[in-house]
Amino acid sequence: MTSAPRDREIAVVAFAQTDHRRTSEELSEVEMLMPVLHEVLDSTGLKTADIGFTCSGSSDYLAGRAFSFTLALDGVGAWPPISESHVEMDGAWALYEAWTKLLTGDADTALVYSYGKSSPGSVRDVLTRQLDPYYVAPLWPDSVALAALQAQALIDAGDTDEPALAAVASRNREAATTNPHAQVSGTVPQGDHIVQPLRTGDCPPIGDGAAAVILAAGDRARDLCARPAWIRGIDHRIEAHGLGVRDLTDSPSTRLAAERAGAFERPVDTAELHAPFSSQEIVLRKALRLGEDVDVNPSGGALAANPIMAAGLIRIGEAAARIHRGRSDRALAHATSGPCLQQNLVAVLEGEPR
Amino acid sequence: MAEVLKAPLVVEFPFTRSLGPVQSAFLTGLRERVVLGVRTGDGRVLVPPVEYDPVTAEELGDLVEVAPTGTVTTWAWNPAPRRGQPLTTPFAWVLVRLDGADTALLHALDAPGPAAVHTGMPVRIRWAGERTGAITDIACFEPYDGHRAEPTGHTGEFEDPVTGIVAAARLDYTYSPGRAQTAYINALSGRRTVGERCPSCRKVYVPPRGACPTCGVATSEQVEVGPRGTVTTFCIVNIKAKNLDIEVPYVYAHIALDGAGLALHGRIGGIPYDEVRMGLRVEPVWTADARYPDHYRPTGEPDADYDTYKELL
Repeated sequence: MTSAPRDREIAVVAFAQTDHRRTSEELSEVEMLMPVLHEVLDSTGLKTADIGFTCSGSSDYLAGRAFSFTLALDGVGAWPPISESHVEMDGAWALYEAWTKLLTGDADTALVYSYGKSSPGSVRDVLTRQLDPYYVAPLWPDSVALAALQAQALIDAGDTDEPALAAVASRNREAATTNPHAQVSGTVPQGDHIVQPLRTGDCPPIGDGAAAVILAAGDRARDLCARPAWIRGIDHRIEAHGLGVRDLTDSPSTRLAAERAGAFERPVDTAELHAPFSSQEIVLRKALRLGEDVDVNPSGGALAANPIMAAGLIRIGEAAARIHRGRSDRALAHATSGPCLQQNLVAVLEGEPR
Repeated sequence: MAEVLKAPLVVEFPFTRSLGPVQSAFLTGLRERVVLGVRTGDGRVLVPPVEYDPVTAEELGDLVEVAPTGTVTTWAWNPAPRRGQPLTTPFAWVLVRLDGADTALLHALDAPGPAAVHTGMPVRIRWAGERTGAITDIACFEPYDGHRAEPTGHTGEFEDPVTGIVAAARLDYTYSPGRAQTAYINALSGRRTVGERCPSCRKVYVPPRGACPTCGVATSEQVEVGPRGTVTTFCIVNIKAKNLDIEVPYVYAHIALDGAGLALHGRIGGIPYDEVRMGLRVEPVWTADARYPDHYRPTGEPDADYDTYKELL
């Protein structure tokens, strides 16, 4: 079941995010997280005790702090014990879990949050630890190197070239000038090759940040939000871990997830794509068949702010917030995980006719 | 606000991993300078080989030798090698489809510069001088325009196959405990214990972590507690811990410092272990240059009444 049944509709009713910054060393994770938790609760008028289910996404490897998610739970008022879960994944997958929980009818509201502090470590190296431990991780291929292999494959296939990649980066950062939370916006030089063909400008900023979303079912959603962003479908798919087994110029997992989420049934007006590298937007636009009439990444996307573990949830939050504000009627949100777009989640959100 | 504390933190973990039969044959082969792939049900040869078909999930085991020569399918020039990577001088990351294989292997290519690398270029394996049965037995690839090497038809049977690898990992961090714990640690250096009060339920957390887990709000009002406190519960430790110079048996206790809303833990000394009891009044004992109390000892006051600490066990 990947589309919402008509008798149990679930919506994003609130979204908040931190200002994303290169470092937040003065704050522990819970200190960084609490303001966004309070913001989504305040905007709905809910108290922590009113929340039916809480689900979070984070990774201890980023900051090197064991069990950091248990400490982050202090920020939601987890005592006496609440109904709660955690995924060692981007918060978009925590939202997926919360969506299924609400579908069962066990809860009518859910709080979803995620956070990542990349500043304490070297994120390029940290991400090598998610790779195949037998054949790949011992070579320490960093996240930029793997994205660069994908970018070169796209160039060889004639799908893009360096000027086109620069244009993707520039358009995202230009869009981010209206996003007060963005870490990087406006005119940013493309800079030197980090790993050729990717230049500094093709890569996401490294930073710290957090985000939170509240989901609600049916009439509860209408009570809490003037224009709920209804989740019409959501699905996620994964590809083989072997990079040499995959066609890096395509994303069949994104296409399948989009199909299952109903993305191709009607056109969307907005798409928030989680493409940390400019080259990945090329792959996603193709897989999702997005035309020029779709507003892609009005927030500036992950090239403007990429707090790892939160950047995917932020795509869903940004798409939903646009519906809340009446700027979109049907939006697609995408989140990714793993090297070279290995795993992909697609959600389709709609506002009711105005 | 005082500067937050920071300290280097190194996380190192050698994972010992066992190998499946296909992985074992492949890595043993590398040790012997033989490259093995595995054939899938539809006749494709996967290199590096896996235990299960990535499409059908069928168990695989039909090993096929492929050549140590092949073709670059994509590449990326790395001008600044990082720790642990195959080469210390600038190199190209490459996916290489070895002759006889249908999929590509990730590794490094030693080339003089990006102008010398292109997709479709022929390369061959440069073997490491010392080989142990690991992916790093391939030192790297190198440009090669000679004849394609022919596989010898190896069956994948080896004397003394490798059955496991030790994958060392090291990550370097700069740890910061954040605002609340920095204040706690700074106060300890002046031999004071400072907690934080929840503005909502008024509970004082020691040590503070910056948030009240009951109310879900930030704590910020600093409150000095102790130095004296009450043993709320305890245990007797009879097993000597490694690298710990304390004679057993000794008592480890929950201690509610006066004014604190929850107990912290510490060792009790200065009293025979079998005389420690709930309600015992204690005070911290500091040793020279210590950053926290070495242990707590009896104050000699009368025991605290159970009702005064029953919520702090």
